[in-house]
Amino acid sequence: MADMTADLSQAGQEKLTTADGKPLKAALASAQARSKRRAFFLVAPLLVFVLMTFVVPIGQMLHQSVYNPDFVYKTDVTTKETTPIMVNLRAWFDENPRSTEPDEAAYAALVADLVVLREVKAAGIAGTRINYERSGSRSLFTKSARKAGKLEAPFKEALLDVEDEWADPTVWAAMRDASSAYTLNFYLAAIDKTRGIDGSVENVDEKRALYVKLFIRTLVLSVLITFLTFVLGYPIAHMLATLPLRYSNLLMILVLLPFWTSLLVRTTSWMVLLQSQGVVNDALVGTGLLADENRIQMMYNQIGTIVAMTHILLPFMVLPLYSVMRPINPSYVRAARSLGATSWTAFRRIYFPQTIPGIGAGALLVFILAVGYYITPALVGGADGQLISNLIAFHMTKSLNWSLAAALAGLLLAGILILYWLYDLLIGIDNLKLG
Amino acid sequence: MKLKTALLTTVFVTAAASVATAQEITVMSWGGAYTKSQVEAYHKPFTAQMGIAVNSVDSDNPATPIKAQVEAGNVTVDVADVEFSDAVRLCDEGLLEEIDLSILPAAPDGTSAEDDFIEGALQDCAVANIVWSTVYAYNTENNDGTPTTIGDFFDTAKFPGKRGLRKSAKATLEMALMADGVPAGEVYDLMETEEGIDRAFAKLDTIKGDIVWWEAGAQPPQLLADGEVVMSTAYNGRIFNAAVAEGQPLEVVWDGQILDFDLWVIPKGAPNKEEALKFIAFSTDTQRLADQASWISYGPARKSSGALVGLFNDGKTEMAPHMPTAAANLENALVNNFEFWVDNDAELNERFNAWLSQ
Repeated sequence: MADMTADLSQAGQEKLTTADGKPLKAALASAQARSKRRAFFLVAPLLVFVLMTFVVPIGQMLHQSVYNPDFVYKTDVTTKETTPIMVNLRAWFDENPRSTEPDEAAYAALVADLVVLREVKAAGIAGTRINYERSGSRSLFTKSARKAGKLEAPFKEALLDVEDEWADPTVWAAMRDASSAYTLNFYLAAIDKTRGIDGSVENVDEKRALYVKLFIRTLVLSVLITFLTFVLGYPIAHMLATLPLRYSNLLMILVLLPFWTSLLVRTTSWMVLLQSQGVVNDALVGTGLLADENRIQMMYNQIGTIVAMTHILLPFMVLPLYSVMRPINPSYVRAARSLGATSWTAFRRIYFPQTIPGIGAGALLVFILAVGYYITPALVGGADGQLISNLIAFHMTKSLNWSLAAALAGLLLAGILILYWLYDLLIGIDNLKLG
Repeated sequence: MKLKTALLTTVFVTAAASVATAQEITVMSWGGAYTKSQVEAYHKPFTAQMGIAVNSVDSDNPATPIKAQVEAGNVTVDVADVEFSDAVRLCDEGLLEEIDLSILPAAPDGTSAEDDFIEGALQDCAVANIVWSTVYAYNTENNDGTPTTIGDFFDTAKFPGKRGLRKSAKATLEMALMADGVPAGEVYDLMETEEGIDRAFAKLDTIKGDIVWWEAGAQPPQLLADGEVVMSTAYNGRIFNAAVAEGQPLEVVWDGQILDFDLWVIPKGAPNKEEALKFIAFSTDTQRLADQASWISYGPARKSSGALVGLFNDGKTEMAPHMPTAAANLENALVNNFEFWVDNDAELNERFNAWLSQ
């Protein structure tokens, strides 16, 4: 439009004006700006909503994953005032490199800071922060802070008298790591790594390695569940798409009814079906196919997670497939058959390629939902059916280590974005049809 | 005009209502039979006598919403019921109001509150109301024989079948060690060492394939009643409720029980702190604590309440033998060491989770 008005003004001898005498170009520009503003106001509520409920919380989460100020300052919960803590010790860390043995000055700084911790009631918080890096440190802080006020020089001996654990170099390494509010240590913990005394990154003890294995398991199970929903959903969608409408609508209810039913109801129904005294096992035993003592364990393990999640996520595969299959003209396949293609070739070369946008959309939906699934594995997964989301929930609600939970969630988010990017690269996001 | 009148009326009614509800407190607890016992024994008489309404809300673990509310500066809960290690931890982190213990009434015979409460029941920021315990229970209909010791729980040769265990390191590791023959008094000393922890996990390894893990307190009675497991650890009150109130064939084994407190706390910045203090003083007096025991089999935290504990609300079941604090049940009992768990909770649960996924 702008180009056109430019052309017009050049072409005309006189400047074109509107009825009230304004130059046409300016009038047009202001009219356009007005309608843009109006359009923006229409979008604004959604924009604000998305910002408030999506961008801001995710930003906060990512910030929490690299930021933990519990060893740097204490915030009073009622007045919101912040008091710096561990001031002396942090100054000592700044002056002395990592390899320095803690000397008398270091211990004097530590004792002075412990006294402050006691005064502002931050010993528990500071100790918890160090506990994330080195377990068993929490009581070291709370106990020592209680006694710090009475200690006298030489502080090294006095403090070691109270708790000889202070001599452990891992405590000092942990305090040095925690003395900066911004840290990547939570991400290290989220991939089973830790920092050694000299600050180098090392693997955690094999008995404690957990997260990498769980990330891999989450990925493998999600791919498997996506594949199963595809194998089960494709024929269903095909049947729904090719049946006459009055039958297919009826059958569609069977897909939609579970979809509309509460997730918890569906999960607990699977528990009733699959448990060892449940419907499936009872039926097998009742018909004599299975001896009573050989009941199959289908619940509280990976089988339970896979079966229940496949069923729950099935509609997310069927619906996009159906919406893509419905408008496919059956005469294409008929044409292929009449030109001599076998039914398999006609399906493979003609029908299947036209359903790829639906497969892509269904697979992406199911996969992304599966990766973040929480309730179902928590209820039916037992020990080996747990996914990474269950560990995130554990750190949110039980251990209350929110920074580690945020780091795990951040990694999960990054992983999904990478997969989304790969999908865009391989299939193309504009090839996605959701309905 | 009509609309305006209607709107104005609404505004006035709301304003009036908010004045009227100023005398109200919100109490957060754990739900189910436990919350019910508190509503009957504490909330209703408190409202009747003090004229302050009590709004009861539930959570899986009230410690979590409290932390979130206080840190967000938007506290809606006035009183919450939390576990011991959480009470200590939240207090250390400055998230709880300190409670002046002089508000607590003395026992009827004049014993001061400090002497009347069981040792450890009064903390800087918390007042205990009940003693509960983690026990194991079995279904009498699908066990051949009678399990009597904590060792039997781990003996799948003698008592074949699945076992239910709480998905948490706390209490599970202690029970494994006691089953392995460690006397209750030495359990926590042993758990301070790496070998002790290894030993506990080694014992758990012997039944790992037979374990069904539970998380919510309502699950174990369900698992036992369904026949999904033949034995399960559980909170003793929930088993009592299923067995006595619902008539399920469940039996508690007290050997190797692990005792713990539940405590009242006030989150920092609670909107009705004065009323909250009144509520805590009221609900932890001798008579209220004894009353609660007639609704669920958790022991009162005051010694003077013990003598007042009578019958269950069905009017015929004697409560005393079902209490975790009954002398006969204490022969081989462990008191949960909150200091150990405040310190090692993160570490041991991490290792426990890693062990689970192996």
